[in-house]
Amino acid sequence: MIDASKTLSINNMIVPIGEERNLLEVARRAGIDIPTFCYHSELSIYGACRLCLVDVEGRGIVAACSTVPEPGMIVKTHTEEIRKMRKVAIELILANHDQNCTLCARNTNCRLQTLARQLGVDTVRFKRTFERRPVDRSSLSLVRDPNKCILCGDCVRACDEIQGVGVLGFAGRGAKSSVVPAFGKNIADVECVNCGLCATVCPVGALVPRDDVDDVWKEVNDPRKTLVVQIAPAVRVALSEMFGGQSGTIEVGRIIAAAKAIGFDQVYDTSFAADMTVVEEATEFIERKKKGERLPQFTSCCPAWIKYAEQFLGDFLPNLSSCRSPQQMFGSIAKKLLPEKLGIKREDIVVVAVMPCTAKKFECKQSKFRRDGQWDVDYVLTTQELARMIEEAGIRFNELQPQSFDMPFGFKTGAGIIFGASGGVTEAVLRYAVEQLKGVKLDSFEFHEVRGDENIREADFNLDGIVLRLCVVHGLANARKVADMIRKGEKQYDLIEVMACPMGCVGGAGQPVANDWEVRRNRAEGLYKADKMLQLHKAQDNHLLMEMYDKHLKGGVGGHDAHELLHTSYQNRKRIHGLTMSVSDAGNEAGLHISVCVGTSCFVRGSQALLKQIVDYITDNGLSHVVSVDATFCTENCDRGPTVCVGDKLIFKATIDEVTKTMNEQLAGVRI
Amino acid sequence: MSETASRKFSRVLDILEKNSNDPARLIPILQQVQDDYRYLPEEVLTFIATSLDLPPAHVYGVATFYAHFTLVPKGKHILKLCDGTACHVRGSEHILSALHSRLKLSAAKHTTDDMLFTVECVSCLGACGLAPVLVVDDRVYSKVTPEAAVEIVDKIVAEEGGVPPKAASISTPKKEDAIV
Amino acid sequence: MNAPNALKYNAAQPKEFLKECAALFREKTKSMKKRIVVCAGTGCVANGSLDVFDALEKKIAADGLNVHVTLDYEGETRQGDFLRISKSGCQGFCQAGPLVNIGDILYTGVKVGDVDEIVETTLKNGGIVERLLYVDKHNKNRKCLGQKEIPFYQRQTRVSLKPCGLFDPEDIVEYVAHDGYEAARRAWCEMTPETVCEEIKVSGLRGRGGGGFPTGRKWELTLKEKNDKKYVICNADEGDPGAFMDRSVMEGNPHCVIEGMMIAARGIDANEGYVYVRLEYPLAVQRVRKAVEDAVTFGILGDNVFGTGRSFRLHVMEGAGAFVCGEETALMASLEGQRGMPRPKPPFPAQSGLWGKPTVINNVETLAAVPYIILQGAKKYREVGTEGSPGTKTFALTGHVVNTGLIEVPFGATLREIIFDIGGGVIDEKGEIANNAFKAVQIGGPSGGCLTEKHLDLPLDFDSLRSVGAMVGSGGLVVMNKSTCMVQMARFFMQFTQNESCGKCLLCREGTKQMLALLDDVIEGNGSQQTLDILDQVATTVAKGSLCALGKTAPNPVLSTLRHFRPEVEAHIFQKKCPSNQCKALCKPEILADKCVGCTACARKCPVDAISGERKNVHVIDQDKCIKCGECVKACKFGAVVGI
Repeated sequence: MIDASKTLSINNMIVPIGEERNLLEVARRAGIDIPTFCYHSELSIYGACRLCLVDVEGRGIVAACSTVPEPGMIVKTHTEEIRKMRKVAIELILANHDQNCTLCARNTNCRLQTLARQLGVDTVRFKRTFERRPVDRSSLSLVRDPNKCILCGDCVRACDEIQGVGVLGFAGRGAKSSVVPAFGKNIADVECVNCGLCATVCPVGALVPRDDVDDVWKEVNDPRKTLVVQIAPAVRVALSEMFGGQSGTIEVGRIIAAAKAIGFDQVYDTSFAADMTVVEEATEFIERKKKGERLPQFTSCCPAWIKYAEQFLGDFLPNLSSCRSPQQMFGSIAKKLLPEKLGIKREDIVVVAVMPCTAKKFECKQSKFRRDGQWDVDYVLTTQELARMIEEAGIRFNELQPQSFDMPFGFKTGAGIIFGASGGVTEAVLRYAVEQLKGVKLDSFEFHEVRGDENIREADFNLDGIVLRLCVVHGLANARKVADMIRKGEKQYDLIEVMACPMGCVGGAGQPVANDWEVRRNRAEGLYKADKMLQLHKAQDNHLLMEMYDKHLKGGVGGHDAHELLHTSYQNRKRIHGLTMSVSDAGNEAGLHISVCVGTSCFVRGSQALLKQIVDYITDNGLSHVVSVDATFCTENCDRGPTVCVGDKLIFKATIDEVTKTMNEQLAGVRI
Repeated sequence: MSETASRKFSRVLDILEKNSNDPARLIPILQQVQDDYRYLPEEVLTFIATSLDLPPAHVYGVATFYAHFTLVPKGKHILKLCDGTACHVRGSEHILSALHSRLKLSAAKHTTDDMLFTVECVSCLGACGLAPVLVVDDRVYSKVTPEAAVEIVDKIVAEEGGVPPKAASISTPKKEDAIV
Repeated sequence: MNAPNALKYNAAQPKEFLKECAALFREKTKSMKKRIVVCAGTGCVANGSLDVFDALEKKIAADGLNVHVTLDYEGETRQGDFLRISKSGCQGFCQAGPLVNIGDILYTGVKVGDVDEIVETTLKNGGIVERLLYVDKHNKNRKCLGQKEIPFYQRQTRVSLKPCGLFDPEDIVEYVAHDGYEAARRAWCEMTPETVCEEIKVSGLRGRGGGGFPTGRKWELTLKEKNDKKYVICNADEGDPGAFMDRSVMEGNPHCVIEGMMIAARGIDANEGYVYVRLEYPLAVQRVRKAVEDAVTFGILGDNVFGTGRSFRLHVMEGAGAFVCGEETALMASLEGQRGMPRPKPPFPAQSGLWGKPTVINNVETLAAVPYIILQGAKKYREVGTEGSPGTKTFALTGHVVNTGLIEVPFGATLREIIFDIGGGVIDEKGEIANNAFKAVQIGGPSGGCLTEKHLDLPLDFDSLRSVGAMVGSGGLVVMNKSTCMVQMARFFMQFTQNESCGKCLLCREGTKQMLALLDDVIEGNGSQQTLDILDQVATTVAKGSLCALGKTAPNPVLSTLRHFRPEVEAHIFQKKCPSNQCKALCKPEILADKCVGCTACARKCPVDAISGERKNVHVIDQDKCIKCGECVKACKFGAVVGI
């Protein structure tokens, strides 16, 4: 029974009003799609694209996204007037747009293209105002093409509101507006964490994941090379969407078959490495917990989170788990063990990772993951890219006969599968740690307490007196919130899982583009279903993994070899490149040069006041033409700030006394 | 850089302190900083962003939104050369190249290193009968020749206490002439 | 400001305090013989009024006259007759500036060189310097003694502008002496927020910023929101080209604005406020800042307003050069340190404004009207104006009209009264008074539209203007004679809004760009029926669909030109002719053979050598070379060059 006082009419249809924030949501739930570029249920309401205009009786034309539903409203979504206005709007966009659809990464999957078609826009009557601007290909993860940008601001809000990074912003005003990183720099030169959320929300092709398909094809077609591919858990519940499948359908068998058909020699499962990660990370965690040191432990599987922490949370770096991500563990183990197993040279092995993620592309190209002149992981393809290779190879995905993973790295437990959903890493670690700490085998393996969609979830477990306080976070802005609460002493945790993407890897930027809550939820459910279907659910039960430890890794779990191959370290990272600020009058001819770090961390530690003292000292003592002073942004020693470099001497935790003392010593030296 | 790098910078610190490092005070902070620097240097903006705990892109966005802010330093004296049709036909181009070579500027570089001059081309100033027209600090010079333009520059340089580099101009003009 | 020391009471006993202030002012001015007021509004300052002030001061001192510049409230009262010289805010008649008032005499166009004569003739001997009086050309060149005799002032109803030119804007005591802050005292000490809102509601006061929303209703809505933090904002980001009423009020009577804000704060129960002034008004900023400081010193503003224990803190913030910040949500974004981009409404500021708190935002002129209403009562306020739009409205009268400047008239006044009585009539292209030269009036700046001859007797108010597709807007009133091309006029305003569009919403950002391009097509002779059709379509779409008021009103100049001057637009498009000969691309300058004497003057002036002809022979213009700059027309002494 519909309560008439809680309904409104849309296109003569009576629709109930629920918890919706606005008319657009009410209409959507009633099965009517009102066109929009700038509305996202997960972002703040922006009201800029003016496409969601509807006619409300008595009020005239209003934007559905910012109109609160009221009982009795009479709404029309497709009046003649509104149709005309929408057409004009689309034409206005097109007049100032690249219009080069066939060459666009988002061809056939672009909201502008779709709307133009739906609205029957067949000519653009307006003057062409488009001016071509350079494409930014600097990033290993993303390509930014301003020629496609329609200034809807989705990326700006997503980066700011969900990730708390704010790489992209509006610059200029009016017709000269653009969306750019600070100072129009390239993405690679600023604080971008490569999560790709901007590309996920971009309705057009202005931000797209970087495409490495060509390079991989070249390797596939090189007869000397043996191609080893690892498939991440989240890929298997999303890839089939590109071939008309339902989100969340587990299609791992066909993906393996497709990979083989493309020409990959060995097809393995990243979940095997995820099991390894569980064992290593849980062992590390238990040790820390026992010793009570470096807690809370933060997970380290998400490369966007790692870069974020390195840039913004320098004081928490010791708390990060030293475990490499499953992708990188897989790479280093594969490059170590496969040459012998397959009887081929190490340099002829090409490891390709198929990931739901754009940040993984950045992760694999970090120098610390290079051994003997070889990358541990040579290429990362996104789910989308693999689908494109399947298409290009002319493979009819839906007609493939499912195949199985190659062994041994194709064997996994459910622990390694659920990694792909937010909360999965925590649950997998619990399945290991609880048994270890309690010393008994568990019958059940599911910890529903850590599952769910909330951005920040907490759960406590009391194991015979040992309390484990867990926190699961997705979205980096939320991670920052948690870090702030810990700093203030408001919260205490033992283990914190952080994933940058909404709902974890299933919502990664490399996944097929329809990427909303419902789709992500289906994919996560698919992973939990896959877990259920497997016989084994705990990483420690992966006998092939344990066998590998016994045979090949000296010291076993957490041992010497494991440390060398499976763990890593972190470093503070500069946010923005190429800036120093001269703050003194002396030029290059100055005898002594001082630079003071004024990066965030040093700033918090008082570098600003120190800098002022130094400048004052120099002026007061008539040294202005002898000593030059620079303010630099981050010398990447944040834990020991404020950092000051006097001549050739680096001073940590600097004080004015120490700086002036060193300065005078060095000056004495110079004068002699 | 004259006076001032250090003094200017310590003023940036003062300004931030006076505004209690409050991100809501970003616009007044930028106004005060620009009063000192006459523009908003990139590194100073980054420094302000760090101090206010704002993304640099945000500060850049605000600085480029308001007409009052400039991210490019402009010289003390602004030379606006009319490039309307009439002036163009009457050879404003030659004046521009004379000014460029006198001041070591180019189409991409509008301001001299000593921050004394900025040369800009503007669209029609509506004084076609006087073409070509050069406006120097709001004073209109009419029927300008390349030589005359260079002379104007030399006069200002002399007034500013500098030495005109070799003989780009024919004669050193008298002081009174400067006050047209 | 050290007055508080001289007073027994302070603002915690407000009644006594205000009375005592007024008494102090009377005491100090008791033996004032004459008052000399030099207009220090921006217009007069630009014409050198500050130099005139300095010269007067110097001359008076040199001649040993007994003179006060600022009244010394703290020290001994000066004995014997004395003169007082002070600066005022804008007196409105900028065109005739610099203005110097001495008692009832108003001297216009005063230069430093006139000072000696003024001192000798008027101050020492009580005579009049006839040549500095305003001359009424309409009335047998009658010389007008002062405001009372000058038609420009005579026909106005100056309520909010009245004190501008009377008071020393920097003297809070003088403001108090003229019932200043009495309305605020009543509001804070004797009225409840509800009664304050009620009084304003009954007065029918409507927002002067353009929209005309009933102020009392706005306040009431904000009062209803329960929140421990609310804000009052004074929108002083007046940016329309050619409009400066807010500036004048702030420069001339800053305390009135503060008092209005205090009453608003009481009405909605707010304890913090901001004045957002545009950067281009340094004098207004300075005066408002000083006024706030003085009010704080007096204990009127601050943490214990009139001893009530409630607080009202006021901040002054300068804009940074963005017209769109006059839009209320953009202004609030700017106050928060963001790009000044408007936000969708709802939520309205009354529910979620500055920092998400309930906020009332009113324009300067609106707030300046508030103390009068509280003091005199809503009924009295309603005595002028129309039923739907009570009170007076200030307009900036410019263009082809004899008297330009700032005027204040009751709502309901007609254009005819404004243009012909106050404005002194229309001037033609030769600068002569020619009332048949009237073509149109552009009202409301870039958001407004034009009115034509048939609207001359339309009583102007919020609703009547809206009904003919124009709006009060910011109050710019540009009179245009027949030499004005309406397409060019529309283009001028479109250029302005296009430059000032914030770029957030698609329709305004791209729509204004396209409208400008389409108007350019018309002006350059490239228009067609399609130009007209899509101009109409895009203008309607932008008007109906844009995010903010700036975008929604941006097409008004275009729409109203299409509505009232369609034949003129069509002439550009279909006959490739500009009826007023203003669009150069459509002009075909030619030399009339029967008038040309072959003097070669035109050929010598032509910057592109498009004119040829032998001396003493008829000259001709090469249309391909001609850039239509019009120099030849100016050069020809025989009227032989026509068509441009």
